[in-house]
Amino acid sequence: MTAQDAHITVRDLTMAYGDFVLMRDLNFTIHRGDIFIIMGGSGCGKSTLMTVLVGLKAPARGQVLYGDTDFWGADQETRDRLLRRAGVMYQSGALWSSMTLAENIALPLETYTTLRPARIREVVKLKLALVGLAGFEEFYPAEISGGMQKRAGIARAMALDPEILFFDEPSAGLDPVSARRLDDLILELNESLGTTMVVVTHELASIFAIGTNSVFLDVSRRTMTATGNPRKLLNETKDPVVRQFLTRGEQS
Amino acid sequence: MTERADLKLATPAADTLQVILAGDWTLGGELPGTAEVERTLAAAAPVRTVTFDSRGLGHWDTGLLTFLLHLEQVCTRHRIRLDREGLPPGAKRLLELAAAVPEKKDARPPEGRVSFFDFLGQEVVRFGRAAAELLEFIGEATVAVIRLVRGRARFRRADLSLYMQAAGVQALPIVSLICFLVGLILAFIGAIQLKLFGAQIYVADLVGIAMVRLMAAIMTGIVMAGRTGGAFAAQLGTMQVNQEIDALKTLGICPMEFLVLPRMLALALMMPLLCLYANVMGILGGMVVGVGLLGLGLVPYYTQTVQAVGLWNLGIGLFSGTVFGVIVALAGCMRGMQCGRSAAAVGEAATSAVVTAIVGIIVATAAITVICDVLGI
Repeated sequence: MTAQDAHITVRDLTMAYGDFVLMRDLNFTIHRGDIFIIMGGSGCGKSTLMTVLVGLKAPARGQVLYGDTDFWGADQETRDRLLRRAGVMYQSGALWSSMTLAENIALPLETYTTLRPARIREVVKLKLALVGLAGFEEFYPAEISGGMQKRAGIARAMALDPEILFFDEPSAGLDPVSARRLDDLILELNESLGTTMVVVTHELASIFAIGTNSVFLDVSRRTMTATGNPRKLLNETKDPVVRQFLTRGEQS
Repeated sequence: MTERADLKLATPAADTLQVILAGDWTLGGELPGTAEVERTLAAAAPVRTVTFDSRGLGHWDTGLLTFLLHLEQVCTRHRIRLDREGLPPGAKRLLELAAAVPEKKDARPPEGRVSFFDFLGQEVVRFGRAAAELLEFIGEATVAVIRLVRGRARFRRADLSLYMQAAGVQALPIVSLICFLVGLILAFIGAIQLKLFGAQIYVADLVGIAMVRLMAAIMTGIVMAGRTGGAFAAQLGTMQVNQEIDALKTLGICPMEFLVLPRMLALALMMPLLCLYANVMGILGGMVVGVGLLGLGLVPYYTQTVQAVGLWNLGIGLFSGTVFGVIVALAGCMRGMQCGRSAAAVGEAATSAVVTAIVGIIVATAAITVICDVLGI
């Protein structure tokens, strides 16, 4: 498998809430090993695009291909099988609040593997240590801070060693140092495990620090206006909206 | 000490209207409206420009800005230029900031009165959609039960015992109180009538049959709808708000099996037991009246009850209880799963769960009664 293998291909995708079309004609490819940034202004449909990619919301039109399989055209069983190889970190962590961190991370393992409880405990310990939360196994989500919840959310998303990880606004609501540490974690996981990363964000610092590929959603035109490496986009784009976004409004 | 806000108008040139602002323009004080300016603008037709003189202006806050914003709208409507030069620099900058992003016209939800037929049509469509959702939910729950029977349903056994405890042992005190009192009330009502015929002993029949066959199940069902159904809806609703249900779905774990099934199972298993217990409490309540007030003997009352209450009555009561348990669990879980993503939606889900469950219980009671009548049991 080469680094340029397509992992997810989006074709002519249109997203809508009832009659309200949010984005139309999206076409882009996420390659294996990419850190793919979905960026755009507030309310442009970044998070909605992610919910379509991870199977929570059906698109109004178009296809999402995981490898060669048409995700939304497949049956539920195939979709579940594809999703099992993906991990999602939600904006607020979305940890199951009635379970401890250890139970949160153990649940996917108990559900999909035949590992013995002792082995599962070891895996849980490792995943928590990877996100810097060693020793917090028996805490409930409500007992730790927002940043820690996000990191625990990543640990849970990584439980089944997914091939692709989705992040919904990982740095939102975090202080700059924690946000930076989260970026480093994303980079590290990408490099050492080769995991494809899809990150929804509008934090410029993050975008330039980690992004190797991206798509820009323009809220006024209701479609994507650019795709490619964000640093390259910054130098080469002719689109005034993309330029304005990537330079924090200083050049337009 | 604040100075009263004051507004004067002057016409330094034929086509210019000068607005002279004086005093303190703060929200708390009494502020002049734009009416006077508007009147002048309407009367003196050739005005092309509005200027300001704010040299006499004292303190100002949002009160001044809302006045200016309104004035600006009036000027735009009359196609008159508004010259902000004479305003305090801070107010000028804030006005510019407020105008920086033009108002989004299509962002506002459509207003205006809806005609009666529009409203009726919308309600019918909504009702149809709700009915479809209900059927879909029941269908999914049935599939989950089938998977359970085939031993393929995935949920945590620990969750099941937790819900069984919450819907079982922890409900005992309130069920005791309610059913004891219902038995007591039934006996009182019966006693007054039966005493007229000297047939006090039949209070035992009345209380026994009513409680065992129907009342215990209904009362327990309603209590459980309030304390457990509402709680289920709130739990699942909050999980929906926190995206916890999304997190289950993206892991390929079916929320129907993982969240709904154990709750439904817990109530279906616990409700018959609670009903049995409620029967005992109801009969005890009746006995207190019978023995204490009517002077019936303890043993005759007991014997009369045992004679009156047949096995069929008990069976129908327990069956009803199980059905009510499933209804309460389904209503609670369905409203929770349909919950929107806000705090208010969670409240609505909990309320709606209780209402749905109680309506369901009454409808089911009617159906069971008719069926029993047809079957002659």
